[in-house]
Amino acid sequence: MVQNIIFYAIAAVMVICAILSVTSKRILRSATYLLFVLIATGALYLQLGYEFLAGVQISVYAGGILVLYVFSILLTSNAGDKEKPKNWKRILSAAAVATAGFALCGYIIFNNVATFKDKYLTSALTAEEINMNKIGMALMGTDKYQYLLPFEVISILLLACIIGGILIARKR
Amino acid sequence: MFDFSIVTTWIDTFLKTYLPEFWVYAIEFVVVGLLVLTVYAVLALVLIYVERKICAFFQCRLGPNRVGLFGVLQPIADMFKILLKEIIPINHVDKFLFYLAPFLVIVASFLSFGALPFGKGLHIIDFNIGIFYILAVSSLGILGILLAGWSSNNKFSMIGAMRSGAQLISYELSAGLSLLTIVVLSGSLQLSTIVESQADGWFIFKGHIPAAIAFLIYLIAGHAETNRGPFDLPEAESELTAGYHTEYSGIQFGFFYLSEYLNMFIIAGIAATVFLGGWMPLHIPGLDGFNQIMDYIPSIFWFFGKTFFLVFLSLWVRWTFPRLRIDQLLNLEWKYLLPLNMVNLLLMVAIVLLGLHF
Repeated sequence: MVQNIIFYAIAAVMVICAILSVTSKRILRSATYLLFVLIATGALYLQLGYEFLAGVQISVYAGGILVLYVFSILLTSNAGDKEKPKNWKRILSAAAVATAGFALCGYIIFNNVATFKDKYLTSALTAEEINMNKIGMALMGTDKYQYLLPFEVISILLLACIIGGILIARKR
Repeated sequence: MFDFSIVTTWIDTFLKTYLPEFWVYAIEFVVVGLLVLTVYAVLALVLIYVERKICAFFQCRLGPNRVGLFGVLQPIADMFKILLKEIIPINHVDKFLFYLAPFLVIVASFLSFGALPFGKGLHIIDFNIGIFYILAVSSLGILGILLAGWSSNNKFSMIGAMRSGAQLISYELSAGLSLLTIVVLSGSLQLSTIVESQADGWFIFKGHIPAAIAFLIYLIAGHAETNRGPFDLPEAESELTAGYHTEYSGIQFGFFYLSEYLNMFIIAGIAATVFLGGWMPLHIPGLDGFNQIMDYIPSIFWFFGKTFFLVFLSLWVRWTFPRLRIDQLLNLEWKYLLPLNMVNLLLMVAIVLLGLHF
């Protein structure tokens, strides 16, 4: 019961802040509401017992990417500007696309929730705490279900991004 | 050594015999929360008194000496003053963000305060990602500062906030990497395991050269993260009035002030835990009699002794060095500390792999 109460509290924060973040007229307020959504996602991971994932969520998204968002908003646009009301055609088309996406995801989840629950959810919830050593071994190993190659590929991608950023920003 | 978990488990079992589990947890959460809040506020008062007194001695003054013996009641009087002050509404600000920002700053400092091990068995949340958790939640404070600076609708606040953002983002890297150096040595991120594994010598002695370098870098980077002199450009009073909290008054300013002092304590506490053994007494392998005597000093005194020693170092630096310029500040981080830190991390990995540590 307690778990349910906590879950519904987190879910309510996420849904309300997600809606506010899209409907807010000021861009900096949208970013702040997005911060609450990201923190609530971290809280959801904590509730599931995925502490590492929660830590990554908070440090990468809430503490890293969102700070960069706020920084770039402050540096580029006039952050206090109120957005002009959009025309109704665009609102309608956006609503249609959103509904279609929601319907597709809802259909898939609704039809597969039973099999998913049997297969993964019960085993995941009863499993013991996933400690850091296991995650580290999985990231750095070369055996089956270990991810050294994807890890290195992503690091090359990041390196390329860094070099590209320096190239764009350098003084000529 | 006295283990505080005896008391806490006794309370837990006592409550569980009389109440259903839900209410036990509810009561324990509320009690622990209130206790942490009280300790937070009391520590802030102590730190403010210590800072004013030490600052006075550095400047050949006496410091507060009127209210109470040696002025010890001065911070309490100041607290009542700040609680009674009016919160002045500012025209043309984004009200929501303006009132939210101090809470973001203080919640971030509060979350990391909760993860510190204060003594044997006195540890509130002991995640297995301990150090990573502290790094993650302490990075939330930047957002509060940025929002405070922008929503104040004041160019000084804005400049202060931008400087502070740049400073915090850069120095967080150094702080994180120097803590990682010790994680390599200890093989664990969990704070309780880190403290336990320092029973036969603190990490600064066990890891010798790289640990000492990491300790120095962490002290510098941590000091910079607290926005205090010589790294106090975000609130440089001679150029920016008070930086990002210029427009705040009353208890809202109090929140920024409180979190600044407690961040200093938290940085010192983490440094004490990770490098100087936290609540672990000074043990020298081989000298059993000496170790036995050291064990008679309660763990909580060890933690607070080490932490206040590091706080004193931080105050010493604050009141002796002149303020850096922003380019000097960023050069120090990106051209000196960060490369040094990376080489140091590799050195530590080599030492651990070759087994050259104690």
